[in-house]
Amino acid sequence: MTTQRTDTPLVQLKDISISFGGIRAVDHVSLDLYPGEVVGLLGHNGAGKSTLIKILAGAYQKDGGEILINGEHAEINSPRDARDFNIETIYQTLALADNLDAASNLFLGRELVTGLGFVDDAKMENETAKIMARLNPNFKKLKEPVSALSGGQRQSVAIARAVYFNAKILIMDEPTAALGVHETQMVAELIQELKKQGLGIFLISHDTREMLELCDRVSVMKNGKLIGTERVEDVTEDDILSMIIMGKKPDKAA
Amino acid sequence: MARFFRETELDTRLLGMLGALALIWIGFHFYGQMFRGGGFFLTPRNLWNLSVQTASIGIMATGMVLVIITRHIDLSVGSVLGFCAIIMGVVQVNVLPQYLGLGHPVIWIIAVLVGIVCGTFIGAFHGALIAYGKIPAFIVTLGGLLVWRGAAFLVARGETISPVDPTFALLGGGPYGAIGSTGSWIVGLLGCAAVLGLVVLGRRKRRIFHITQRPVWAESFIAVVGCGAVIGAVMLVNAYPWPRGIVRRYAAANEIEIPAEGLFISHGFAIPVLILVAVAIFMTILMSRSRFGRYVYAIGGNPEAAELAGINTRWMTVKIFALMGALAGLSAVVASARLGSATNALGTLDELYVIAAAVIGGTSLAGGVGTIYGAILGALVMQSLQTGMVLIGFDAAMQQIVVGSVLVLAVYLDILYRRKSK
Ligand SMILES: Nc1ncnc2c1ncn2[C@@H]1O[C@H](COP(=O)(O)OP(=O)(O)OP(=O)(O)O)[C@@H](O)[C@H]1O
Ligand SMILES: [Mg+2]
Repeated sequence: MTTQRTDTPLVQLKDISISFGGIRAVDHVSLDLYPGEVVGLLGHNGAGKSTLIKILAGAYQKDGGEILINGEHAEINSPRDARDFNIETIYQTLALADNLDAASNLFLGRELVTGLGFVDDAKMENETAKIMARLNPNFKKLKEPVSALSGGQRQSVAIARAVYFNAKILIMDEPTAALGVHETQMVAELIQELKKQGLGIFLISHDTREMLELCDRVSVMKNGKLIGTERVEDVTEDDILSMIIMGKKPDKAA
Repeated sequence: MARFFRETELDTRLLGMLGALALIWIGFHFYGQMFRGGGFFLTPRNLWNLSVQTASIGIMATGMVLVIITRHIDLSVGSVLGFCAIIMGVVQVNVLPQYLGLGHPVIWIIAVLVGIVCGTFIGAFHGALIAYGKIPAFIVTLGGLLVWRGAAFLVARGETISPVDPTFALLGGGPYGAIGSTGSWIVGLLGCAAVLGLVVLGRRKRRIFHITQRPVWAESFIAVVGCGAVIGAVMLVNAYPWPRGIVRRYAAANEIEIPAEGLFISHGFAIPVLILVAVAIFMTILMSRSRFGRYVYAIGGNPEAAELAGINTRWMTVKIFALMGALAGLSAVVASARLGSATNALGTLDELYVIAAAVIGGTSLAGGVGTIYGAILGALVMQSLQTGMVLIGFDAAMQQIVVGSVLVLAVYLDILYRRKSK
């Protein structure tokens, strides 16, 4: 690592640990994320990537470690807490209520209401139509329960939900897993755009090449431990692959 | 025909249920006519009584919809009803008259509030055990089924508490507990105005948000059928006169001369039926227009997603069971007022009828799906079967067999329907 940024990171995860039963799913992992930066998380299935970001998203409570947001200690014990820090998450499982339509899902927990306090379905539908027109112009099934949507369409609903609410910190757990080539390209462009707006993004994916294109830095995890974090311009795809497989940092020619 | 359904956007499920209901009514009527020397089902008297009998189950069924949508169950509602009824009985018969004097006008109000609050607390307690204690709802409420029935017995030492306060008794129906001809017409006209208002509002909303309009003939059809149903109901309840004895007493008390051909005083809508209608409207708005309702559906569809979306699902569970308890308390008001007394057996087996009503009305036990109007129709179907079988002289054993079979059949039909509409 040649140049170290000196400004305050948006997010600092320090020594984060969590166990499920006997398994240390995340084992003393430290990561940071700067504004306008995309940090990729790579690793085998079960390496602990989702678990780590779920701690930041408030879905899991860490056993140890500390989270700092803008350099200040942050207590995140629920998804609501995370939201208060402008953290938005696209979960690997998408986390949609299948029986509700796209608009109800997009605004779930943050419904627009009329003056009388009733949910304003018409307005939410309008807003949903607008953002979907931007993210996925082919998306037409606004009125149907999301169970009637394809995997990719469901994914665009989940992405729309994360983008709509002006996140400062965006967590994307395999956002392109179910997407076609065209839609994947769209997400890539979206990530670039959000990055320009100064968001910090944690991106998880198994596609090493895609990660090297989209991310500024990549971190590799194995068996709950952080193997290392590298700036993408310092490493090759092979270096990354060997980190994932062998769990060792590449020998760097200085 | 297909075009008719498409353009009116009528819920085929709802029509199916109405069809089933019509079949049951007509079936019992003609069965009676052929084999029992008279069709007694389709008479103003029977249908009026049916409406009153449906009230208690119907009120609770609207709450059970929420419980089942969120993938829980409440087996305790019958016992909670019994317990609340006993508490209300004690309050209005043994406690309040000591301080306020017999028949004081606020006694009934206090009694009703006590009943509803009592149900709410019991429900909230169940909900807390389920949400925070992580004990399955089935177990908590199965325990509740026994505990509250036993508690009701202990409070009253097994005695029947009567008579209830005279004003309180009106909430259970009966000739005095109905709003009469003029009142019913007023309610009917309000109902028609509401139907027309909804149609007009619906059109305006569709225009604002550029959703294709239903054709005018379809809208008119809905308006006419809706208003027709309301007016028909008014005419029906007004066609059922007070019994002669009551008319005589009433005439004597008010110094009215009874003409030779007799005096025709209509019952009109019974107060418990109006309570059910009010509950239905409230619950429908709650479920379709409030955040609370939206969260109920979301939790039912995917509890994990709801939690991740920042919904406090455990607190929601407490609130849902508290609401169920409140409705059981309100049902206790209706049921004990109708009986004129509180017994600790009141509401026995009601939980099964309430669950059956919700499920027959299309509430899915897999969670996430269910409507208030469906549950009320379900309650009406259950009660129609019950009443009909009594009228044609089926004994209790036969009634149980039929009700049980119908429940299973209804759920099977529902499964078939959903598979087809997928
Ligand atoms: N709720 C849970 N209860 C018990 N164990 C869990 C739970 N969540 C995760 N784990 C375990 O923690 C480990 C890390 O899982 P995690 O989902 O974080 O992996 P991942 O890196 O995201 O993998 P993938 O690439 O397959 O998404 C696994 O061994 C998993 O079985
Ligand atoms: Mg994962």
